[in-house]
Amino acid sequence: MNHYETVFILNPVLSDEQIKETVKKFEDFLTSKGGEMVAKEDWGLKKFAYPIENKKSGFYHLFDFKVAGEAIIPFEVEFKRDERVMRYLTVKLDKHAEAWAEKRRTRNTQKAS
Amino acid sequence: MSSIDQASKGGKQGEIRYLTPLNIETNKQKKYCRFQKSGIKYIDYKDPDFLLKFVNEQGKILPRRLTGTSLKYQRKVSVAVKRARHLALMPYVADLLK
Repeated sequence: MNHYETVFILNPVLSDEQIKETVKKFEDFLTSKGGEMVAKEDWGLKKFAYPIENKKSGFYHLFDFKVAGEAIIPFEVEFKRDERVMRYLTVKLDKHAEAWAEKRRTRNTQKAS
Repeated sequence: MSSIDQASKGGKQGEIRYLTPLNIETNKQKKYCRFQKSGIKYIDYKDPDFLLKFVNEQGKILPRRLTGTSLKYQRKVSVAVKRARHLALMPYVADLLK
């Protein structure tokens, strides 16, 4: 089991329900592969630094999860196939990154409360 | 050898020679690596505001000789900036970024 982090951007034309459905789909995919969700983040609608597919903004979502390394390739293929996903980036977290992710999470929860 | 000869004969026309070495103002403050100094181990690509310090107005990554970052962290900065660009958190090309 490795620790990974994925950020993906969903098409801004989707409705709230479609977004929830898409996020749920990827989450279910991970759990079906024996993955374990550590954290989920919804950054909401964010403006792009440059236009992608002639769009100026998109819905950013972040998954922080633990899964076996073999599951990553099918997971990324799933992103490629789904036309609702505009961009995705999966990064393996090393020990410093894990520490930072932990710190970031506590800071975010403090901000929220 | 020829320059010494010329100098002894009165030098080339227009060549200025000084008796005392010129006092050229240099920056006394030594540059330092901000990551080593403040103990940052991981550079987050999700924080474009921080990464903005390492790019110029056109969004290009600044060289180590200007920022003072050590080689180890410069590599991490460049990876982080490139990841941020991919996710449209930072621009690939820009104008008047700052």
